[in-house]
Amino acid sequence: MTTQLLALTTFLLALIACPLLLGIVNRTKAIFAGRNGPPLLQKYYDLRKLLGKDVVYSYTATWLVRACPVVVLAGSLAAAALTPFGRGGAVFSFQGDFLVWAGAFTMARLFMVLAALDVGSSFEGMGGSREVWYAALAEPALFLSMAALAAIARDYSLTGFFLSLTPEVTSRHLMALLFAAFALFLVSLAENSRIPVDDPTTHLELTMIHEVMILDHSGPDLALIEYASALKIWVMGALVVGAAVPVDIGSWWLDAGCFLGGMAVFAVLLGTVESAMARLRLTRVPQFLVGALVLAALSVVMMARNSA
Amino acid sequence: MTNTALDYLSVLFILSNFALLASSRLGLCINAVTVQGVVLAIIPLLHEFEHLQIASILLCVVTLAIKGYAFPRLLRAAISRAKVRREVEPLIGYSTSLLIGLAMLVFAFWLQSRLPLTHGGEGILLPAAFFGILAGFFITIARRKALTQILGYLALENGIFAFGAASLSEHPWLLEMGILLDVFVAVLIMGVALFHISQEFDHIDADRLASLRDPVGES
Repeated sequence: MTTQLLALTTFLLALIACPLLLGIVNRTKAIFAGRNGPPLLQKYYDLRKLLGKDVVYSYTATWLVRACPVVVLAGSLAAAALTPFGRGGAVFSFQGDFLVWAGAFTMARLFMVLAALDVGSSFEGMGGSREVWYAALAEPALFLSMAALAAIARDYSLTGFFLSLTPEVTSRHLMALLFAAFALFLVSLAENSRIPVDDPTTHLELTMIHEVMILDHSGPDLALIEYASALKIWVMGALVVGAAVPVDIGSWWLDAGCFLGGMAVFAVLLGTVESAMARLRLTRVPQFLVGALVLAALSVVMMARNSA
Repeated sequence: MTNTALDYLSVLFILSNFALLASSRLGLCINAVTVQGVVLAIIPLLHEFEHLQIASILLCVVTLAIKGYAFPRLLRAAISRAKVRREVEPLIGYSTSLLIGLAMLVFAFWLQSRLPLTHGGEGILLPAAFFGILAGFFITIARRKALTQILGYLALENGIFAFGAASLSEHPWLLEMGILLDVFVAVLIMGVALFHISQEFDHIDADRLASLRDPVGES
């Protein structure tokens, strides 16, 4: 009962804190650029502003555009409910839940792309095409690193992945865990449309991916999508932090503190990558994701070596 | 302790080979080969951590000097004279190279499990060495520029060196010194040849040399 309650607490914390993560990323980028940058809570102000506005729908749009924000948010929420934040475990957990986890994000992506095609803008169609292409390339790396985690934990649920990381398992499989975390980090860059795959601040239609698909959403609809993508970054970050910082101090408060610290480091890392790297040419992105696949495969190889 | 250090160095060796497979920038490729050289200089010392001999320390210092200092300098001088920065059109693309590299890595690990070895059966240095040999071979075949082919040759030689370090119980250091000298001379000569190719033809694409003809006989 108490574990359920603690899991619910971390879940609610994720719901509240996820826009702050973007604030930290933007602050890091601002510091690198020598600016003061927006306040840390800027994303909350943006969301409140958007929620107070009216919605405008295109004449050509059908129910798909209306359904998109709700489905996208539902996908992120479902995935968040399956993700363990820190050591507490997830709200829901069952064998094979990482497939449902990936499926929830894929469903959100499907509706986002369909809505982008629905409004009839050719630019949005291009964005949707790229989004699907990169997602297809990121998937092998994602599942291969999940497979490594599952084999290390000898368990097939996301909660099991991280609960089974006792100090002895961790020290035996440290290298495999680090490779898996690195692969997951690269995948999360691609999945969340960050530099070097996509630029969240660009406003040139020819090069946008995520931003171009949401051009025709406005007001509360846009707020839901923005919030859902903030939650997605938090969820993916939780996986990276869980694999890279498998601490188990014993006290729930200290573990939660370590997890939150890890998330802050993840955000700073994200901001650093975005400041230090240029965006890759579109044709070079597959190579980036194949690199992530290689790291995930190395993780599997290391795991197999150390288990034998 | 020494075993984990050896594992980390082996992983670094594997990663530097992947960098060599994935990168089109010649500067980064040279750095990758330098990292390999430094790793290979340290590995023999870790092997005999308890009873260090003068010979193995000497071997370490010479390897470090040649592979960690002389080769990068020679190769950098070669790219600045030939004015090339990157391999633009490899025969086999970089994503494909990475995937083939992955297949070679898996094959290397499988090969190790099939070999009846008395020494070096544990640890990942041996499969890392196999992988280095295969990757070096592959790079010499799959790249167009003469300089990248030299880098492939060096990666191949590094793989053989690592194989020796992994499978032999004690180092025939005289032999290793001889090989080092050979490789040094080879790189020196190839660097000079590279310079002359780029002087003569304004490029260092080795595959275009295949269509050379005697100008008198043809016209």
